Amino acid sequence: MVVSSEKIKKVRILGLTGDEAVAQAVKQCDVDLISAYPITPQTIIVERLSEFVANGEVDAEFIAVESEHSALSVVTAAALTGARVFTATSSQGLALMFEILYITSALRAPVVMAIVNRALSAPINIHCDHSDTMGARDSGWIQFYAENVQEAYDLVFQAYKVAENKSVLLPTMVCLDGFTLSHTLERVELIDDTDALKYLPSKPTYPFPINPEKPITYGPLALPDFYFEFKVQQAEAMKQALKVIPEAMEEFGRISGRKYGFFEAYGLEDADVAVISLGSTSGTMRYVAKELRKEGYKVGTVKLTVYRPFPQDELAKALENIKVIVAMDRTLSFGAVGGPLFEDLRSLFYDSEQRPLIADVVYGLGGRDLTPDDARAIFKYGLEISKTGHVPEKVKFVGVRE
Amino acid sequence: MSLTLKSLPREELFAPGHSACQGCGASMALRIALKALRPDETAVLVFATGCMEVISTLYPYTAWRVPFVHLAFENAAAAASGIESALRALERKGLFKSKKKVHVIAIGGDGGTFDIGLQALSGALERGHKMLYICYDNEAYMNTGIQRSGATPFRAWTTTTPVGKEIPGKPQFKKNLVGIAAAHEIPYAATASPAYWADLISKVRKALDANGPSLIHVLAPCPLGWRFNSAITVDIARLAVETRFFPLYEVINGRKYRITIKVPKPKPVTEYIKLQGRYAHLLRPEYSDLLKMLQEAVDSFYTWLEHMEKATANL
Repeated sequence: MVVSSEKIKKVRILGLTGDEAVAQAVKQCDVDLISAYPITPQTIIVERLSEFVANGEVDAEFIAVESEHSALSVVTAAALTGARVFTATSSQGLALMFEILYITSALRAPVVMAIVNRALSAPINIHCDHSDTMGARDSGWIQFYAENVQEAYDLVFQAYKVAENKSVLLPTMVCLDGFTLSHTLERVELIDDTDALKYLPSKPTYPFPINPEKPITYGPLALPDFYFEFKVQQAEAMKQALKVIPEAMEEFGRISGRKYGFFEAYGLEDADVAVISLGSTSGTMRYVAKELRKEGYKVGTVKLTVYRPFPQDELAKALENIKVIVAMDRTLSFGAVGGPLFEDLRSLFYDSEQRPLIADVVYGLGGRDLTPDDARAIFKYGLEISKTGHVPEKVKFVGVRE
Repeated sequence: MSLTLKSLPREELFAPGHSACQGCGASMALRIALKALRPDETAVLVFATGCMEVISTLYPYTAWRVPFVHLAFENAAAAASGIESALRALERKGLFKSKKKVHVIAIGGDGGTFDIGLQALSGALERGHKMLYICYDNEAYMNTGIQRSGATPFRAWTTTTPVGKEIPGKPQFKKNLVGIAAAHEIPYAATASPAYWADLISKVRKALDANGPSLIHVLAPCPLGWRFNSAITVDIARLAVETRFFPLYEVINGRKYRITIKVPKPKPVTEYIKLQGRYAHLLRPEYSDLLKMLQEAVDSFYTWLEHMEKATANL
């Protein structure tokens, strides 16, 4: 997010937590139906939305269901009527939704779901890591990750804009770090209600809404003679999303003065080492990179806002002159070569001419804090690799007891 | 209200040409049930994964002349609640209009209702959505190869309750689905049978007119899984009622019980089970005690129903 100095009109500023900011954005999106089940730390999102509905501030049906599985089933089916829908969840809730995630995307239902990132059990833990949404990265959902509360708010609008685009029609997750963002009060600039409605696509949100006068069969059985084609169409939609996302972000910049991209790069013009991360950690990394640059170290950062679809061409271009890339994975892929971000980057750069060295850092599991000192050590680790030309360990754990 | 065959709509909302087995009781029940819709009414059908979904929607074909939605196995009630609520919101906002009154009908088999879908069903009934849930009960997971479910009756054979030397058939009794639904104190819950088509249609009618959630549990004899000649599906369905094995009754507001097809002189249960291969072992002399237990359970449930009917007559 880059803030433009020209303010388009007088803005409303509120102090909001990440959860409240998401609820506020959903309120401004003229949603028709919300369904959710309580799970910490996202609960406040749906509590606020319940209040908005109960007070008549949002004209929507609120369905408090008996499980996350039903929450996603409710909004997926509801989206087929052409209604704008919303749900939110975290960790175990997302895990319980897993079966339906694939059905939502395959039915091309433009559901928007906020995920307050949180570690998966066991041991049970309510704090942040990305193991929940990383597990869902292949489910056919677009994934946006917010660095701060303002981004969590802004990304909700952009999520609807992309999800409901007729050449995309894919469900979209807006991911925000549990507690670090969900429960932290920050200054949030709101966009104007009228601007929001003008920005959003017109309804029906689904091009073939349920209509008894034109009966359609949704969710049929497709065997080996047709199934594959359905899946390829989803892959094609992801490619379309790569075109639509920058347009949606550009247009959002015009109404908000805040410019988004697939990712936000810092210091890459002359950096030897770039650290790439998702979510709130990116702020810490950028802060420390600034300090290190003052000390003369050639380091930079990339905060990846859009993880699925993976903006491969743009990333390859932005990182083409980097010697060492350190991927920051806030999840573990047990038994794999490394974490998912690391693997994506490694496979992306395998074909590149100046193949950078790529290292993986796994950090912050179960809400373990990543301090500026840890961040500094991660940059130093990258600088050491750039000096030796050798990655000493494929996956390095940072912040864990030996 | 007396129904005659001539008074039924000729239009088939469930079109012929689907791939159900010969003599399929479930497809019969659904075809009849949809005849309850008046000309000024229509429906959105929301299916659980199962026989009826698989036989009617093999892409690129469909047998449905009304909107059909299928998401997964256990969530038909949840998906139906989403559609019911979304249409209500859109109508309120002027974004949805229909010349006909639109009913939302969720449909699931016994596996998708008694077992894996029970939680979503309970949630939907508790929330009070204006929708009808029809369970077509063929008493096992027929679509996956005849595995036992919570609806499989006592001592019936299935592929997961085989007739073994130690354990002959399913040791447990069938769940009381209408009892579970009635415990949610919904406006209308009933059992039904394709053999009693007028009773079935009038119950669907009452369910559609109910101001809130309703449930109809319809017995769906399955020639494949129950091992009977596909020509006698209706006879089997009728015998289930005539032996009191599957009594036809309704429960209003979770309180008032009424037996809609009275069986004053029941035939013995053996008349029903002797036609079905899944019960063949029960006719062997060594299992006469099990057969006796089955008969006692059938008698006792019907007696209880009669008591309930009497006790709640003036409610």
